[in-house]
Formats: sequence, structure tokens, C-alpha cells
Amino acid sequence: MNKVLLIIQREYMVRVKKKSFILMIFLVPALIVAMFGVIYLITTYSNDMNKTRTVWVMDESGVFTGKFQNKSKLAFQTVTKSLVDEKSDLRKNEDDFLLVIPTDYSKTDAVQIFSKKEANFTIAGEIEDQMNTIATGNKLVTAGIDTLKLHAIKSNISIVAKQITDKGEQDSSIGAAYGAGIAGAILVYLALFIYGAQVMRGVLEEKTSRIIEVIVSSVKPFQLMLGKIIGVGLVGLTQFILWIVLSSGVTYVAGNMLMKDKILPAKTAQMKAHQPTKIQTSPGISSAPQSPAINAYNSFKTVNFPYILGCFLFYFLSGFFLYAALFAAVGSAVDSETETQQFMFPITLPLLFTYIISFSFLINNPDSTLAIWLSEIPFTAPVAMMVRIPFGVPGWQLALSMFMMVIGFLFTTWVAARIYRVGILMYGKKASYKELAKWFFYKE
Amino acid sequence: MLSIRNIVKQYAGHTALSDVSLDVESGQIFGLLGPNGAGKTSLIRIINQITAPDSGEVYFDGVKLNQSHIDRIGYLPEERGLYKKMEIGEQMIYLARLKGLSRDEAIKRLKYWFEKLEMQSWWNKKIEELSKGMQQKAQFVATILHEPDLIILDEPFSGFDPVNAEIIKDEILELNRKGATILFSTHRMESVEELCNSIALLNKSKKILDGKVRDIKNSYRNATYLIEYAGEKLFFDESQPFTLIEEKQTDDANIIKIKLADGASSNDILQYLIPKTSINMLQEVIPTMNEIFIEKVNQKPALS
Repeated sequence: MNKVLLIIQREYMVRVKKKSFILMIFLVPALIVAMFGVIYLITTYSNDMNKTRTVWVMDESGVFTGKFQNKSKLAFQTVTKSLVDEKSDLRKNEDDFLLVIPTDYSKTDAVQIFSKKEANFTIAGEIEDQMNTIATGNKLVTAGIDTLKLHAIKSNISIVAKQITDKGEQDSSIGAAYGAGIAGAILVYLALFIYGAQVMRGVLEEKTSRIIEVIVSSVKPFQLMLGKIIGVGLVGLTQFILWIVLSSGVTYVAGNMLMKDKILPAKTAQMKAHQPTKIQTSPGISSAPQSPAINAYNSFKTVNFPYILGCFLFYFLSGFFLYAALFAAVGSAVDSETETQQFMFPITLPLLFTYIISFSFLINNPDSTLAIWLSEIPFTAPVAMMVRIPFGVPGWQLALSMFMMVIGFLFTTWVAARIYRVGILMYGKKASYKELAKWFFYKE
Repeated sequence: MLSIRNIVKQYAGHTALSDVSLDVESGQIFGLLGPNGAGKTSLIRIINQITAPDSGEVYFDGVKLNQSHIDRIGYLPEERGLYKKMEIGEQMIYLARLKGLSRDEAIKRLKYWFEKLEMQSWWNKKIEELSKGMQQKAQFVATILHEPDLIILDEPFSGFDPVNAEIIKDEILELNRKGATILFSTHRMESVEELCNSIALLNKSKKILDGKVRDIKNSYRNATYLIEYAGEKLFFDESQPFTLIEEKQTDDANIIKIKLADGASSNDILQYLIPKTSINMLQEVIPTMNEIFIEKVNQKPALS
């Protein structure tokens, strides 16, 4: 056992000391910082867009005066000065618009809007919509139709997703669960491949450099395989834990800076700013719209991160042990990395299959029979379960799946060890499946 | 030291060792010889407990081979190799610790050996930065660092230049003097005659010859002599105490190869020749290990 510890230590230290490992440790938090940078830029830019812009309405027809509704980004004011004066004013207030409505407004291109900055589609569209509504309303009134009744008839439905859990109804955000599910699946999939392949390459390195013969004269092949798998697994674990710690640190700091200073005050300031200018609030129009960043931030909070992270670490480790053993067997069976392909493909097929359907099928049907089965079968469970977990998985299913994972990796380790012990000492023999089966049945 | 009893090892399709028994006495330098594919490596792997025999036993100092013996054996495989990307010092420590040495003890001994073999400056170098000969030297150190009682060397001199081969040979002899038993496998017969006390010859999975080198060579003496004499070429009839096998003439001498008649001795040859000519040289032709090796291997199995 002491020797296994030595092997674990070596496998771990050799990899952790590598420059690429250290680089990767800091790369991910750096990416997160960059992501926050982008969010910061977007919010600053959208704050600029969010500025309330005044539209000076010069209504020659008299149909529209006082009927425009103020929106979060638009305030309507009736002009007091002449067209020429207003136009010169416009040069000074570059965020303002001047809307000129002639008496024959219904003619094509009759209504004009002036501004220093170009009016964007949203603003022009908003004004157009409002004018159409007002004009239609007017026509309805002229036609003798009660507009109040009409408003009452119009429906305005918005859905709030509530999930029934043991703790009662809970705000759930489908979007966040989606995100967490997909992110978990991708991470587990990549981690299994990256670290599984590291085990395989490690075995292959020992075999091709022939050091294997020296090592197995000191330790049993199984001890070496076990030490290598655990060592690489710990490297993966270290990497993920450091990522989680560093990333949450970065997220916490950056989040505090961004969310508190930029987005939240901007939102409240906006609300305060146009509260007094609101002329009328009509039913159906919801309160101040939230910026998408706030939405994301809030729905982010509905995800139970410690639970998901805990599951992630379990499925990463158990899945890793399961696949690493098989990868080790593959590494032992061949003489060069190019030969690994024929064995790698069938081994990774279940994982690949689950990975592919996780984005289309599983994520949309996390409680379907297929999803449940895939999350119970050890070969596919790491990915399938990570997709399902954010949507909530019954306790017994999770427990069974975890139990199956343990059984699964014990089984693959046993099978792999039998192939490994023979394979590592076979040089220059082209391994086929038949050959592998033979090795499996070799006596000690 | 090592007693190998009726070892049988079969791989799918072929037999690597069939009923091989041999004894290696303590303090010997034992040569395990045989052509490629004879089963030498299979036997060495069994002694190292890398693989287990299908039947038969190996006794180490009278005790059936078990895990506790691993630390008492040092093994230098024919196919050498170390971790390429690992620094040599750390790697040596690692290999020594796998053999049960403590870290401090390993460092102490490594310092001694690195100094002795003039490798001090290599400590922090990675294996891939060393020449092949240097790697071999490092691996030799790794093999013997834990002061094993039994040192198994598979083709120890391959890959060494003559100077380093000599250094390694001297180290092997010194280790042997200090009490280590050495089992080495080779095809290089000259090193066998130089180093080995005893040998075993394997061919096609079977042991076909074993014993002390001197005894084997004696048993292959066949009363053949080489004689060089000066002067006129002699003509032999049936009266001389030998039969002529070969005759050769050089510029100033004649060389003959003869086989002694039954019951005659080398003195009889001299007595017969001295009156007739002046003798430059008389030498008994003892077959080299190489000749014995080739002769034994080429014998039809049916004959043995």
C-alpha cells in the first residue's frame, strides 16, 4: 500500500509541476474575468442605450397630443416653440428627437422624426406603434366602439414558472437549469476525456519507454495502475477545486463590483427618473423592465450550486475511475498512440452518444424514461445525470445511480487490470479484441 | 541462493519454458545464455515475480519466492528505459523508494554512486537530455542502489562504449566481491568466459546445458592441439602419437592441428617432434564458450 502512495505521489507531482497545468489553473478564472469584462462593457453600453430620450412632439393634426405613453427609455413632451427653434435646440440636446406630425399624417412618409443622433429602429418602431394605436383608437371612437371595453377584453398573459418541491413552491428558472445542466454535462464529458486520456498516455509512456519492466519488478501491475489512476484523478480534482475556488472568488469580487455599482443602481435610478414623468399607466403594461443581466443574475441564484458541485465532483471522480481503468487497459494493449483509436472509439461511444443527445433530447426531457435509464447506467450516467440534476432528481434515483457508478468502476477496474497486467509486457504484438480476451483469461 | 524447480510457462500458442530447473549458488556470477526466444526473459520475469509460472517453484534462500523478496532483487532489463521528462535525481529516488529505501537513505547512496561514476552534474537533468550511454549508467545505478542480494542483469553491456562497459564490469565484479549474487543473461560469450563462474544454456524453452564454466569447458576438451614449428615441412606417417587434422604453411612456420591418440599425452607429442624440428608453440585447443554454445544450440533436439 505504501508503494501505491509513492506512485500516486509521483503521478500527481509530475503533472502538477507541469507548466501547462499551472497555466490551465489560471486560464479559467482569467476567462471568467474576461467574461465579466464583456458583461461590464455591455452594461455600460446598454446604460447608454437606456438613457431616457425625450421626443418633442409637434402635432399639427392635434390627434396625438397628450396621448403618447412614456416608456422606460422614451419621454414625450409637447413642443412649445416654433419648428425652426426646436430644430436648433435639437442640435444642442443630441439625445432628443423632434417628431413632426402634419395634419395629413396618414399619408405615406408624412410623419417625420428629427435627431442629431440617428434614431434607431426600436425608437422609431415604438413611436410608430404608439401612433398606430392612438390613430386606431381614434377611429374606433369615431366608429362608436368603446375603447375601455376593448382594453378590458384584450388579454395580457405572462407566465411565472413555479416548481413544487418539498420546501413548497419555489421560483424556478428553466433557463438557469438549462444552463447548469448543459454546463455540467460538457464539463464532465471533457474532464473524463482529458484526464482519461492522460492516464492512457501515462501507461503508454511507461510501456514505450520500457520503464514498465523496472517498475513491475518492484510493484504489482495492479498497484501501478491504481496509483496512476488515483494520481491523475487527484490532479483533476485539484484542478477543478482550484477552478471552483478561484472562479467563485473572481465571480464574487467581480459580481460585487458589477452588480452593485453598475446594474442595480442603474435600474433603480431609471425607475426613479421616470416615475414622475409618467402620465398614465395603463393595464397590461408591466412595471419597469429588468435588464437581461439582472435576470440572469437572479435566476443564477435559484440554482443550488453546492448540490450541483457536489454531484459534479462525485460523477467526475466515479466516472473518471470507470473510464480511466478502461483507458489504462487500452494504453497497455498498444504500442503507440496512433493505435489507440480502434479501442478508444467503442469505449467512448456510450459517453459520446449521451453527450450528443444531452443537448437536444435530455435537456428537454430530463424526466423521460430514456433520461432515467441513461442516468442509471454507469457508462452514461456521468453526463446524463449532470444534465438532469439541475431539474431535480428523485433521491432514490440519485442514490441508485451513485451505487451503480461505484459497482461500475469496480467492475471496469477489475476487467482492465486483467488486460493491463499482460498488455504492459507485450511489445510489438498487434492487439486485437481476440487477443485482449485471451489476456483477460490468462492466469497470473 | 536461487533454486528454480521444474518451471513451466506457456503463453497462448507457444511454450516459453518447459520444465526448467537450475541452481544459482550464493556469491556466484551466473550466466544465463541462450539464443533469442529461448526463454531467458520469461525466466527472469518469473524470478522477478513480474509473471508467475504455470507450474514449478522458485526458492530464494530456501524460501518459496514471495513479495518480501522483491526488495532483495535488483533488475536491469534488456530494454532499458526511464521516465523521459523526469529529472534524473528525483527519478532515482523514486525507483529506490519503490524498492523500500527511505528518501534520505536513497539520497545518501545516490550521492555516493553519482560521485563514483562521475555523474554529479546530472542530478537535475531530465532523462531526455542525457545520451543513451548516460541513461544506461543511470539505470545501472538505479538497479543496484538498494544493495540487492541478487542482481539480475539482462544484457548489461549493450549500449555501453568500451570504456563505460569496462567501468560497469568492474562495478559488477566489486559488487560480487562484496557478496552480491549476480545472474546475467547475455549472448556475448567473451564476457561469459571473463565473468561467469557458472552458466545455464537455454534453447527452445529447454535447459540444454548447465554447470561451472570450467567443468563445461573441460568436458568439451577433445585432445586437440595446435602446434607451430619452424623449418622444413614435416611429413607424417602412422608412427606419430596423433592424427593430423589440419595443416597450414605460413612464410616462416608451419601450423598443424592434431588430435592426440588414445592414451597419449602432450609430452608424447613433444618427444616425438623435438628431434625432428624446432617447436615454436604447442597449445591445447579448448573450445570457447561460443563454440560450445553454437554446437549445443545446433544439435538436433532428438540427440540430447
